[in-house]
Amino acid sequence: MSHSHSVKRYHGLMDWLTTVDHKKIAILYLVAGGFFLAVGGFEAMLIRLQLMFPENTFVAAHTFNELITMHGTTMIFLAGMPLLFALMNAVVPLQIGARDVAFPFVNALGFWLFFFGGVLMNISWFIGTVPDAGWTSYPPLASNTYSGMGVNYYVVGLQIAGLGSLIGGINFLVTIVNMRAPGMSFMRMPLFTWTIFIASAIILFAFPAITVGLVLLLFDRLFGANFFEVANGGNPVLWQHIFWIFGHPEVYILILPAFGVISEVVSTFSSKRLFGYSSMVFATVLIGFLSFMVWAHHMFSVGLGPVANALFSVATMLIAVPTGIKIFNWLFTYWGGHIRFTTANLFASSFIPTFVIGGVTGVMLSVAPADYQFHDTYFVVAHFHYTIVGGLVFGIFAGLFYWWPKMFGRMLDERLGKVTFWFFFIGFHLTFLVQHFLGLQGMPRRVFTYLKGQGWDTENMISTVGALMMGIASIVLLINVLITSLKPRNADADPWDGRTLEWAIPSPPPEYNFAQTPLVRGLDALWVEKEAGNKTITPAEPLGPIHMPSPSILPFVMSVGFFIAGFGFMYAKHEFANGIASFLFGNYIVAVAGLVIVLVSMFLRSVFDDHGFHIEPEELQEKGVKA
Amino acid sequence: MSSHADSHGHGGALPEYPEKATLEGRNKLLGFWFFLGGESVLFGSLFATFIALRGQVLDGPSPHELFNLATVALATFILLTSSLTSVFAVQGLHRHNVKTIQMWLAVTVVLGLAFLGLEIYEFNEYVREGHKFTTSAFSSSFYTLVGFHGGHVLFGVLWIGLLMAQLVKKGLTVVTAPKIYVAALYWHFVDLVWVFIFTVVYLMGKVG
Repeated sequence: MSHSHSVKRYHGLMDWLTTVDHKKIAILYLVAGGFFLAVGGFEAMLIRLQLMFPENTFVAAHTFNELITMHGTTMIFLAGMPLLFALMNAVVPLQIGARDVAFPFVNALGFWLFFFGGVLMNISWFIGTVPDAGWTSYPPLASNTYSGMGVNYYVVGLQIAGLGSLIGGINFLVTIVNMRAPGMSFMRMPLFTWTIFIASAIILFAFPAITVGLVLLLFDRLFGANFFEVANGGNPVLWQHIFWIFGHPEVYILILPAFGVISEVVSTFSSKRLFGYSSMVFATVLIGFLSFMVWAHHMFSVGLGPVANALFSVATMLIAVPTGIKIFNWLFTYWGGHIRFTTANLFASSFIPTFVIGGVTGVMLSVAPADYQFHDTYFVVAHFHYTIVGGLVFGIFAGLFYWWPKMFGRMLDERLGKVTFWFFFIGFHLTFLVQHFLGLQGMPRRVFTYLKGQGWDTENMISTVGALMMGIASIVLLINVLITSLKPRNADADPWDGRTLEWAIPSPPPEYNFAQTPLVRGLDALWVEKEAGNKTITPAEPLGPIHMPSPSILPFVMSVGFFIAGFGFMYAKHEFANGIASFLFGNYIVAVAGLVIVLVSMFLRSVFDDHGFHIEPEELQEKGVKA
Repeated sequence: MSSHADSHGHGGALPEYPEKATLEGRNKLLGFWFFLGGESVLFGSLFATFIALRGQVLDGPSPHELFNLATVALATFILLTSSLTSVFAVQGLHRHNVKTIQMWLAVTVVLGLAFLGLEIYEFNEYVREGHKFTTSAFSSSFYTLVGFHGGHVLFGVLWIGLLMAQLVKKGLTVVTAPKIYVAALYWHFVDLVWVFIFTVVYLMGKVG
């Protein structure tokens, strides 16, 4: 062919470092996110072991502060979001019938930025100065006066990882707008894709706020700025506004995709189309909008005044309306369906009551006067774990069991899956249900120990036992994954009798996804074809050469550049005993070197066009990703 | 995707709107609009910070004593003109005239550099008058907001300069055209932000 360009194909480790294939990037996100989930879970175990008995001395007070800070930050930014990015990379392009995402290179860059941001933050454990000002890092606690070097790791690490999320969000917005297969109108899009679309929009408008917040905190800490220094005219409440105008939408970035997963799983395993599809779409969009309107409900006790508190109180309660729409639509989808209780569906169906409990306590907290009683107690801890673990993690587990065959070509073991489910489900409720009562009895959050005889002993013991059960569930899941990976890759293209386009192609899909772009003829595109008696999806184009982007090491190198620059800036004011180190860092040589790596990578990317390569019809192979 | 096949631009006539002739081009344009949406939030947060802290001058000079509207007006005039010249470059793009593009991009870059020169001069003056980055909450937020904008101008100058070099090497193709178009969008955005800085920081500082 006249337009063939020879492109180097990599193998082994280099293949993973250079890949721009969204399905491989999904696996990278899954592995890295799973790793950080384990780290955050381990931190949670240490926290619970410390609180198991009154006046326990298992960890020191300062270590406890480090543990809760890193547990929260890790779970939100390094486990929750990446695991969702794993699912969205694996599924969204397939669900809309696309060959690829809009910006494959940017996709890889997003992953590596997240990865190196997370590594940078966690290296603090080995250096011995761990972030310890809480995952919200409120100044003045997070200022130089009251916190050590650790907070710099939080600021710089989050900044780098956040950049990755932002470009990931833009990528999926453009992918969903521009890359849908013919006939796939917005109102025919599967609900998971819809929730990713709205979540990506939230990422786009929420993350720049935290970017600014982190820059301000960094400038205060490193360059003597006065944004939060009250003595010099600064205002710590400013941080709270900026943090929560990001932070509140962030919880919807996490939960909306979980809603999407639940919608897919509930509908597939009820063998029915989703009840009230258009109202589900409406509810998703409305939640996306409202998520930006309620940030000050995290600040009721700051002293904003009764008018602001009342407005944010009512706005917060409004979110219960679209969420309620969703809950009832899932229930009506089950109603009269031919329900199969696979592990995925067990997680999905138990998600519903669990999340409702989290939602109800959310409405309780939204009542500003009541919040004066609840705030900073274990009631809040119980509430957000019911939404984020009972919502997000149940959703992720449902999604993993559901899409595992599509991602890896192997079915996870159902029996072990059910063991995981029951341990996790029971363990979860043991851990967090009692924390509501601990909170109502006045146990404050963020304390490293408590006195005997306050009526908190039994509940804390139960809570820790529950946490251990969740730990066992995770280990069983890990064993399941290991056993599964030893089996042959023989999963069907459509093992669950699915409804959406991803089940129309082999498991795992070849690197070009669809040999021919499909023609979409209705909601639940594959189901429409099945109903019409067709074995496969109707193609929208003749078989022809397929253009693919070429792999590149630049995303990796660029992220390493950011990583190095981060250290350079963090340690610029540090007193080193070593002369060479203080010369390199003190003169910003390390920082500048890192930035030069970034800029040179950007230059190379800009100057050398990526012509990609073509896969000819005669070399189309059946299955894809090896992992 | 059949539109990829002719996307390398060797030979053949260019389509009327080369920047959106390919799916890659259209993706790039849409993605960039989204990016500018995110940038708006970024600058919005910086503006909010500045407005919240602008009264906290402590012992440092107040905005009223500090700002020299003549310099700022000149800078504004230069930057807004550069927006116009980047429009001429995009018009050259639509007429497929590489020479016109290069000329107007060059003028845009020179105007951008002139703006940066004025800003550096201005900041120097302020520091001499005791308005340092660490002086007060007002000074920190001033330098952060205006400096972020200046950083954007600098990045734009480097970016457009690089595009001009690419244009010499590769000519106008469906690959280079979206890059030029997107850089022009960026430049307009940076100018737009300056209009707000001129109003909120300088005019309100002098009058309000």
